[in-house]
Amino acid sequence: MARAATTADAFNAVAEPRRRQILDVLHGGERPVNDLVVLLGLAQPQVSKHLRVLREVGLVEVRDEGRQRMYRLNGHPLKQIHDWVQGYEQTWTERFGRLDAVLAELSDEEDGNDVSGK
Amino acid sequence: MSVASSRRAVVTLPTDTQIQITREFDAPRHLVYRAWTEPELIRRWWSAERGDVTSIDVDLRVGGRWRYVMTAHGGFEVAFHGEYREIVPDERLVHTEVYEGAPDAPAVTSVTFSEQDGRTLVTMLVQHTSQEHRDMHLNSGMEDGLQDALRLLEEVAAGLE
Repeated sequence: MARAATTADAFNAVAEPRRRQILDVLHGGERPVNDLVVLLGLAQPQVSKHLRVLREVGLVEVRDEGRQRMYRLNGHPLKQIHDWVQGYEQTWTERFGRLDAVLAELSDEEDGNDVSGK
Repeated sequence: MSVASSRRAVVTLPTDTQIQITREFDAPRHLVYRAWTEPELIRRWWSAERGDVTSIDVDLRVGGRWRYVMTAHGGFEVAFHGEYREIVPDERLVHTEVYEGAPDAPAVTSVTFSEQDGRTLVTMLVQHTSQEHRDMHLNSGMEDGLQDALRLLEEVAAGLE
């Protein structure tokens, strides 16, 4: 946990391609670690390391089922990233807000109202 | 601040290589078209709240070029340019679009202006040549690697409030 600064948020956690693969797999449903080892073609210690990072940021949750540990996706930490992606939409929303003001002025001009004194 | 200015642009991803932006305006389309194509008017809205427009060049004819430049609040310059492919006054514009920070990823943007009852619906469809370029555009400024997560994010986030 001491080195958490580099991995402690969802942004960093999903910046690693293997961890995104794990999330993709878990998006399809809960899986034991052995499935992930097979599907990703990685050694178990590596998979476990990635799972630990994903658990630290809350993207993956685990429960014991008999002798197996079952991993599942928790999408909520992704919302902050999703919200960030909305920045593109925000830019256009801001542009269009300004465009509304320009259009209001053009409409006034067209209606013959004198706006030059404003 | 008017009610209208709080209306959101609606961004959707119709296919892996497209971005679509729609927004309705409380003005007839010939005015929206003017605001979209006249440099002195573009200058007043295109920078959003992100910086100051420093240059707007528009050569509005098929084959003519355009270039928009702004200085972002962070002090860096952001520039786009392209060429007009199709011009139907008040109705439709098709142009290429290159973000100069990623010149290898040109897109083709089609803008349609449709009027009903004095209001105008603007639909912009940005067509990229690959999903990678599309995601790069959408996430301009995003860290490398995060782009791949987009589809998953969308699916997952769609299930959240």
